Amino acid sequence: MTPITPALECRNLWKVYGDNAEERLKQYAPTNAKQAAECSTALSAEGGIIASGHINLQIQPGEFFVLMGLSGSGKSTLMRCMSRLTEPSAGELLLDGADFLSAKPKALRQIRRQKMGMVFQHFGLFPHMTVQDNVAYPLRVQGINPAERQRKAQEMIELVGLEGRENAYPHQLSGGQKQRVGIARSLAVDPELWFLDEPFSALDPLIRWQMQSELLRLQTLFHKTIIFVTHDFMEAVRLADRIAIMKDGQVVQVGTPQDIVLNPATDYVAEFVKEAPRTRIIKVDQLMQAAPAATTTTFNGQALSQDMTLEDALSWSAERAGELPVRDQNGQLIGVITPERLAMALGNTPGKATSNSDRQSAQPPAGVNS
Amino acid sequence: MAKPPTPPTARGTRRSLPPQALPWLGLLALALALPFFMSVLPWLKAWPVDWLLPLADWINAAMDALAPALKPTTRILSATLEWPMLALRDVLQWLPWPVLVLAVLLLAFHASGPKLAVICLLALLYIALSGYWRQAMNTLALVGIAVPLSLLLGLLIGIAAQRTKIGARLVPPALDVMQTMPTFAYLIPLLVLFGFGPVVGLIASAIYACPPMVRNVHLGLSRIPGEIKEAATFAGSSAWQKLFWVELPAAMTQIKVGINQTIMAALSMVIIASVIGGFDDIGWEVLSTMRKARFGESLLAGFVIVLLAVVIDRISAAYASKDSTQRTPLLAGRIGYCGGGLLLLCAAFKLSGFDPSITDPAWAKAVATWLDTRLEGIVVAYGNALTAIKNTLFYYYLLPLRIGFSQAILPFTWGFDFTQLMRWSYAIACGVLALGLSWRSGWRKGLLLAALAYLLYFGLTGMPWLVFGTAIILLAWQAGNLATAVFTGLALTFILVTGMWERAMLSIYLCGAAVILSFLLGSALGVWAATRERASAVIRPIADTFQTIPLFVFLIPVLMFFQIGEFTALLAIIAYAFVPAVRYTENGLRQVSPELLEVATEQGATPWQIFWQIKVPLALPTIMVGLNQTVMYAFAMLVIAALVGTTGLGQQVYLSLSAADTGAGLIAGLSMALLAMVTDRIMQTWARKRFAGMASTAH
Ligand SMILES: Nc1ncnc2c1ncn2[C@@H]1O[C@H](COP(=O)(O)OP(=O)(O)O)[C@@H](O)[C@H]1O
Ligand SMILES: [Mg+2]
Repeated sequence: MTPITPALECRNLWKVYGDNAEERLKQYAPTNAKQAAECSTALSAEGGIIASGHINLQIQPGEFFVLMGLSGSGKSTLMRCMSRLTEPSAGELLLDGADFLSAKPKALRQIRRQKMGMVFQHFGLFPHMTVQDNVAYPLRVQGINPAERQRKAQEMIELVGLEGRENAYPHQLSGGQKQRVGIARSLAVDPELWFLDEPFSALDPLIRWQMQSELLRLQTLFHKTIIFVTHDFMEAVRLADRIAIMKDGQVVQVGTPQDIVLNPATDYVAEFVKEAPRTRIIKVDQLMQAAPAATTTTFNGQALSQDMTLEDALSWSAERAGELPVRDQNGQLIGVITPERLAMALGNTPGKATSNSDRQSAQPPAGVNS
Repeated sequence: MAKPPTPPTARGTRRSLPPQALPWLGLLALALALPFFMSVLPWLKAWPVDWLLPLADWINAAMDALAPALKPTTRILSATLEWPMLALRDVLQWLPWPVLVLAVLLLAFHASGPKLAVICLLALLYIALSGYWRQAMNTLALVGIAVPLSLLLGLLIGIAAQRTKIGARLVPPALDVMQTMPTFAYLIPLLVLFGFGPVVGLIASAIYACPPMVRNVHLGLSRIPGEIKEAATFAGSSAWQKLFWVELPAAMTQIKVGINQTIMAALSMVIIASVIGGFDDIGWEVLSTMRKARFGESLLAGFVIVLLAVVIDRISAAYASKDSTQRTPLLAGRIGYCGGGLLLLCAAFKLSGFDPSITDPAWAKAVATWLDTRLEGIVVAYGNALTAIKNTLFYYYLLPLRIGFSQAILPFTWGFDFTQLMRWSYAIACGVLALGLSWRSGWRKGLLLAALAYLLYFGLTGMPWLVFGTAIILLAWQAGNLATAVFTGLALTFILVTGMWERAMLSIYLCGAAVILSFLLGSALGVWAATRERASAVIRPIADTFQTIPLFVFLIPVLMFFQIGEFTALLAIIAYAFVPAVRYTENGLRQVSPELLEVATEQGATPWQIFWQIKVPLALPTIMVGLNQTVMYAFAMLVIAALVGTTGLGQQVYLSLSAADTGAGLIAGLSMALLAMVTDRIMQTWARKRFAGMASTAH
C-alpha cells in the first residue's frame, strides 16, 4: 500500500500573539516536544499568547477531522492558520503535499476559490443579499455567468432543503436556516477541503442534532476532507473519524472517538470522556480478542459485527455465553469476545492491549478511508 | 495618574489636604497676589504686542506667494464646478414648479408613505406660493452639486481612514478640527484662491459637509462583523470585489445615516455661504432683508429655508432608515409610468405656454407688511418691558461675567458705587465662605466657590491670563490626564502668542453665558419631557426640527425684538444650543431602569428623593453628553452670531472674511476650534474617568 498524501499537514506549526513573535520563534527554533515546551514557557513569560504551539497533524483525504477543546484552547486559531485566514508565526503547512504557506495572495485566492469552503459559527451571511445571492457569491467572484451561477446556487439550496426561501434575506431566517445557507454557500464551489468553525454552537440542541445528521448525510454524498471545530465532546464523538483534543494551544491527544474514550491520555481528556455515554461509543472491534484457530470452523453466521456499539453488543449477547464470534463488514470472522469482557468494558478498565498503539499518533487507524 | 475617583469624605479632608489640592492652593495665592502687581508689570494683564508671533502675516505672505501659482488650477477647477452647477440651476428654473412638486411628492411617498407626502406637498406649496421658488431652486442647485462632491470625498476619506495606517492616524484629528472650525473660516482662503462667487460656497460646503460621511463610512466599515469579511475573503474575493460587493453594501445602513447628515450640513453651509452674495439664493434673501430690517419678509423667507430643510431631511432620513429589502407596494415597478407622467405634464406646461411661476405674490406682501406692523406695535407697546429684560440680564448677568463686579458695579448700572469697603467685605466674605465650605464638604467645593468669587470679581476679560491659563491647564490635568493638560497648554499658548487672547476671552464669556442658560433651560425642559408624556410629545418633534434648521434662521426672530448686539447674539446662541440639553436629559432620565425606581419607592423614598438620589445620578453620564453637545453647538453658533454683533473670535473671523484676510481669519478660526476642542477633551476625559463602569448600572 503506497502512503497516501495527506490532504493537509501541519508540521511544527505555531501561532503566537505578541510583539516580535516571529523573530523570537526563529531564535528559539524548537524542533521537538521538549524544546517546544521550553520555548512556550519562555514566550509566555515575555507576555506572548501561545494560541497554537508545536502542532503536528496529518489530515487524510476524505477524513472527518474534529478539533475539540474548551473555549480559548486555540481551536479557531489553528483552523484559521490551516486556512491562512491568519498567518502562522512559524512552521510548515502542506496542502496536498505542496507548500501552502508560500502561496502568494493571488495563488491563495485561486486556491480558496477552487478548493476551500468555510462555515462560520455566526453564519457570516451577507446581510444585503438574498439566500440565492449569498450562495452564488463564491461563483460570482470567479466571474461565472449569472445563469450558471443561478443553476448551481439552486442546486445547493435544494441540497440543504431551503427551496422556497431563495429570495429571503438572512434576517428573515431562523438560526438553523441561516446555517443551512452558510453550508450551501461553502459548498457552492465544490471544495475539497471544508472548514467548519463551531457551525452548530449557536443553535438550539434539537436543531443542532438535526444539523449534525444533515452534515453526516452530506458527507456520505461528497466525501470531503472536513476540519470541524467544536467544544462539544458529544458532537465530536458523533461526527468524527478522528478527534484532536486541544488545550492551551497544544494538541493533547489525537485518535478515533473510541480510542479517546477508552484511553484518555490525560486527566483533561478524561474529564470530557466522563460525560460521554461509553456504551454508545465503544465498538466491538476495540474489545475483541484474536480468534483461536479452532473457532473458525464453528462460525455459522450468528455473530457480533465489528462496528456494533457496546450497548447493542451487550443486549445481543445477553442470552449467550462463551466466546462469541465477531465478523467484519464482509462477513469474515475476525475475532471473538465473551459477554464477561463486554460487561467489563462498562467500567473504567478497558482492554489496554488493543489501543495503546494509536494513542498520541497522528496517523489514522488502519481501515479508515482505505 | 491613578486618583481615587470617590470624593473625599468630609471627615478625611478636615485633617489633611490631599496632594492634588496643593497646586490649586499655590494658584490661589498667585491669583490673589497678581492684581497688586498688574499696574507695575503690565504684561501680566495683557500679553505685550512685541511678544506676539506674526503668524497671520506669515500665512498671508505664504498665501500671496502661492496664489498666483495656484490661480490657473483654481480657475480650471472653478470652471468645472461652475458649469454643472449653472446647468442644474437652469434645469431647476426651467421646470414648471408643479412638475417638481409632484416629483418630490412621489419621492416622499416612495420613501415613507402618504403622511410624509402630505407634509412635503404642503411645504413645497408654501415655497412656490410665497414667491421664493426661484431663490429656493438656486439654493437647491448649489446643494445638488455640493452633496455628490461631498459624499464622494467623504467615501474616499472614510475608506482610507479605515484601511490605511496613515489614514487612521490623521483623519480623526483632522475631522475634529474641521467640525469645530467656524464655518466662515472655511470661506476665507477659498475666497482668496477662487475670488468672489458661488463656487466658493460650493467648495466650502462640499468640504464642510464631508466629515459626517467620513465618520459614518468609517464606523460602518469597522462595524461589519469579522465573519462577514472572512466569508468574503474565503470565497476568494479580490480586494475590490470585497469592498464593493460585500463591505460597502453591508455597511450601507450606517452610510445612509452619513448621507443624510452630509446633505443637511451641506444645506446649512450653502445658506451660510450666501454671505458672499451674488447668487440670488434663499440665504441671501434672508440676509439682505434682515439687514434692511424688513423682518416680515425675512421671516417668510426664513420659513422657506426651514421647510426646505425639513423636506430634504425627512425624505433622506426616510430613505436612510428604510429597509432596502422592502418595497413600497404602490409604486413598485411603476417608476416608468411616474417618470412618463411627469414628462407629459412638463411638456403640457411648456407647449401650452402657461407659466405657473409666482413672483412677489400680493398675499406674501400683505402678510409681511402685517407682520412688520404687528412687530412694530409689539416693540412699541412692550418696548419698556423688552428693554427691562435686556438690561437686567445685561447688567446683572453678562457684565459681571465679562468685566467682573470690580467694574460692572456702577451707579449707572447697579444703582450704587462699589466702594473700597464693599470690595474688602466681598473678598473677606467669600474667603470665609470658601474656607467654611472646604471644612464642611471638601476642598473641591471650597475651591470652586473661591474660583467663582474671583471670576465674578475680575470678569473673564479682566482676569490675568496667567491665572486663567494655569487654572484651565490644572483642571485639564486633574479632570482629564497628562495628555489633555499638554494639549490644553499648547492650545492656550497658541492663542496667547498669536494675539487672540482677549478675543478668545470674549468668546469664552459669551459662549459660557449662553451655555449656562441653554443648559438650565434645556435640562428643565428635558426633565419635564421625561416626566410628562404629553410634554414629550410636543417637545420632541420641535427639538428634532430645530436640529435640522440651518443656524442662520435663528437670528431672525431674536433680531426682530432686540437690536444688533451681544444680547441678541446670546439669545440666538441659546435658541440653537438648548436642544441637545433637552434631548439628552430626557433620554438619560428615561433610561433609568423602572426596577430601581420600584425598589426605591418600596423603601419609602419620596419622589423628590428618587429624582435627586437615583434618577439624576444614573442619568448623569447621558446628561453630561448633552452638556458637551450644548457647548459644541454654542461654539458653532457663536460665529454665525457675529453677524448680529458680537465681539470676540467670531467677529474677527467675520471681519477677516469681509477683508479677505486669510491669516487673521484662519488664526481666529483655529483659535476657536482649539477652544472647542479643549473643552470637549476635558469634558470627555473627565466623564470617561468619572463614569467608568457606570454604564452597566444605568440600564
Ligand atoms: N487576534 C488575537 N490577538 C491576541 N490573542 C488572540 C487573538 N485571537 C485569539 N487570541 C487568543 O488565542 C487563544 C485561542 O483563541 P481561539 O483560537 O479563538 O480559541 P477557541 O476557538 O478554542 O475558543 C485565546 O487565548 C485568545 O485569547
Ligand atoms: Mg473559536
